[in-house]
Amino acid sequence: MKCGVIVFPGSNCDLDAYYLVRDVLREPVSYIWHEERSVDGYDALILPGGFSYGDYLRSGAIARFAPVMGAVEQFARAGGLVLGICNGFQVLTEAGLLPGALYRNAHLQFRCRQTYIRVENNGLPFTRAARAGQVLRVPIAHGDGNYFAGTALLEELRARRQVVFRYVDETGERCAAANPNGSLDDIAGVCNAAGNVLGMMPHPERAGEALLGSEDGLVIFRSMLDYFKALGGVRR
Amino acid sequence: MRWKAKIEVTLKKEVLDPQGAAVEGALQVLNYRNVRQVRVGKYMELLLEAPAREEAARQVEEMCRRLLTNPVIEDFSYTLLGETP
Repeated sequence: MKCGVIVFPGSNCDLDAYYLVRDVLREPVSYIWHEERSVDGYDALILPGGFSYGDYLRSGAIARFAPVMGAVEQFARAGGLVLGICNGFQVLTEAGLLPGALYRNAHLQFRCRQTYIRVENNGLPFTRAARAGQVLRVPIAHGDGNYFAGTALLEELRARRQVVFRYVDETGERCAAANPNGSLDDIAGVCNAAGNVLGMMPHPERAGEALLGSEDGLVIFRSMLDYFKALGGVRR
Repeated sequence: MRWKAKIEVTLKKEVLDPQGAAVEGALQVLNYRNVRQVRVGKYMELLLEAPAREEAARQVEEMCRRLLTNPVIEDFSYTLLGETP
């Protein structure tokens, strides 16, 4: 499964994602500079965390017009796997590839800490290796992770099972203290209607080895690999 | 003709405004107990060339929808002033 990690000016988790794919998952991976106009030859794309274009105006607002994003959009519309982590999630919502929006944390503070997230839909290419309701220990580091969707959209997301992860406590229960940013409905990650684009604020690529405090994030990458192999491993 | 657009961006009514709440708290501390519903938005201005007001307005609205605001969480309003060179 050849992964491409999109690099915007200001991305700063690109190396973490690259390392996880190459050294932990042991799959081929390359960086894709934001000025590229093609993503041909890749099987999966990762939009990493960071502060693309300084997060000026709104997080992800300028990055979504980067030259590479046209190709990312085509790749996504054709069913390719696209994973947006943190700033990558923000870019994908701004691009309209994922529903809703992410804005200022309700308490106005940048939060860098471990969270627990519950797998709400394990039928996706990104979660098929996880158990239903599995609780993952995955860290966050963001100031603009407060997820919002209007009432009608939220209903739609629930009905279509597009809420992929929710913040919970260690035991898997939802509670105010477990929600680190004020996200509506404790939403930590959502997918598109087709299920091939996932955005999440927590950083699974920082939870890929016991040495880092958790290996729980790996299940997302293993799911992607599993899905890819189930397709016959044919490069797109 | 040159136009100056003055654009105001606000969070939609149904979106909680954490900055506004923090500012409101600070005003209360300063003893402005009569203050309610503080909302913090953005102000932008820009100059653009367009032959007529309609065209300038069309472009400003397009810019607002495409880049300057996120329609999921924000509303905008603007005024256009014709500039004499």
